[in-house]
Amino acid sequence: MTNDPGTTAPAEERLSPLDAVHRAAGASFTDFAGWQMPVRYSSDLAEHHAVRTASGIFDLSHMGEIVLIGPQAAAALDFALAGRLSAIEIGQAKYSLLLADDGGIIDDLVVYRTGDDRYMVVANASNAAVVADELRTRAAGFDTVVSDESDDIALIALQGPDARSVLLETPGFGVDGPGNDAEDFDARIAALKYYRAFPATFEGQPVLVARTGYTGEDGFELYVAPERATRLWDALVETGGPRVVPCGLASRDTLRLEAGMPLYGHELGRDILPVQAGLGRVVALAKEGDFIGRAAIERGPAADAPVLVGLAAEGRRAPRADYAVFDGESEGAVRVGVVTSGALSPTLGHPVAMAFVSPALAEAGTALYVDVRGTRIPAAVVALPFYKRTS
Amino acid sequence: MTDLTALHYTEEHEWIAIDGDVATIGITDYAAEKLGDVVYVDLPAAGTTITEGTVVGEIESTKSVGELFAPVNGEVVEANQAVVDAPELVNSDPFGEGWLLKVSTSSLPKLLTRDEYTALTGE
Repeated sequence: MTNDPGTTAPAEERLSPLDAVHRAAGASFTDFAGWQMPVRYSSDLAEHHAVRTASGIFDLSHMGEIVLIGPQAAAALDFALAGRLSAIEIGQAKYSLLLADDGGIIDDLVVYRTGDDRYMVVANASNAAVVADELRTRAAGFDTVVSDESDDIALIALQGPDARSVLLETPGFGVDGPGNDAEDFDARIAALKYYRAFPATFEGQPVLVARTGYTGEDGFELYVAPERATRLWDALVETGGPRVVPCGLASRDTLRLEAGMPLYGHELGRDILPVQAGLGRVVALAKEGDFIGRAAIERGPAADAPVLVGLAAEGRRAPRADYAVFDGESEGAVRVGVVTSGALSPTLGHPVAMAFVSPALAEAGTALYVDVRGTRIPAAVVALPFYKRTS
Repeated sequence: MTDLTALHYTEEHEWIAIDGDVATIGITDYAAEKLGDVVYVDLPAAGTTITEGTVVGEIESTKSVGELFAPVNGEVVEANQAVVDAPELVNSDPFGEGWLLKVSTSSLPKLLTRDEYTALTGE
């Protein structure tokens, strides 16, 4: 028996600052963009369900963090990225895109405004160096300094309905600045809205607490110095007990798929315009001034360019990335698209997938077929996301 | 508890237990662990003739798809319906309840011993 290829480690593998914690916990590892990261600890299904019903803790230290500081940091990002980052408040986060001149997506990002003249741009691990280079080049004419701080920032995500109570119960947190006690921290957490962040402390050291995530659940992302990451991870796991399950990248992928969230290299790429992936709203065409990719975005994709849809099937066999989509079951059916991600949805119990298909076939309810290793499986176009939390 | 040293193995991470002219086939704990949680198993029906080295089934996890290669020539006597109904048996008991096929066979190819197999997986 053989597995799909793609798990061979390159010569120079990078290790997370939490590597020893994962090994002690018995994690299995996978190569992700040159990093050895936990793919699962014991059961990826159990990890998935934990995030939907209690909470899960993820090590995302492989992600890139690029910091811009300077009086023109906001203007530089307005020019460099698709969104209007100058419009966000201090403590606010925004999902954005780094576009190429031709409008293709170089990476998707979360941008935090951490001060009047400072931002932190969070990039996918596979693109961190490219994003840092692009931002340096694009910011060259602006009064701002761009620095790649990826090696100096670890990231722990705590996601799920119990994430907030676990965070509040974990001893050692305070607010960065005057006062600085647990009561202030609790008040800040209580007031923290989705896609907001504030500077906190853990055992006296800085940690940026953000209410963001990539699972479809409420939760937090904690940016911390690498040498503090193990203490923070252990404290959250010890406090949460059975309510906090360490989760690997396998469950992260099924969680984000159910939530209809795109993954770079699957739903997003250099040959895809934002509107094709349903991300037209992320591009702020109304903003003043030029930004890289604007002209191409204004022209738009060809009328017959494929668009991203959700697919739902019955049974247990899942459409997977790169499988062909057809408009019929017969031999003569026409190939009309390709699957970008797919899995048997652990929460819903049936296969779900995302696929790029001809725009004429993108309407919800359209009956399509996916070639699953020689068998045509019926799959209906459905609205994204597949899963939406109820509270 | 299965005596793992009494089993034969293949480089495709399958195990084979010989009882007379019937070979029981499954995948190893190493393979199950690499796949992750198994959610779907597709096996050939009883009566199917299988040829050594060809793909005869699929073992699908949330993360990936594994192909089941016939380790011997023969005819399927029984496919494990319990594992089709509850694919998680492949993870929870790969050498026991998670067996996949019983095949009648008259000759065995060269197979690996436990020591040779563990040398292969490095575990």
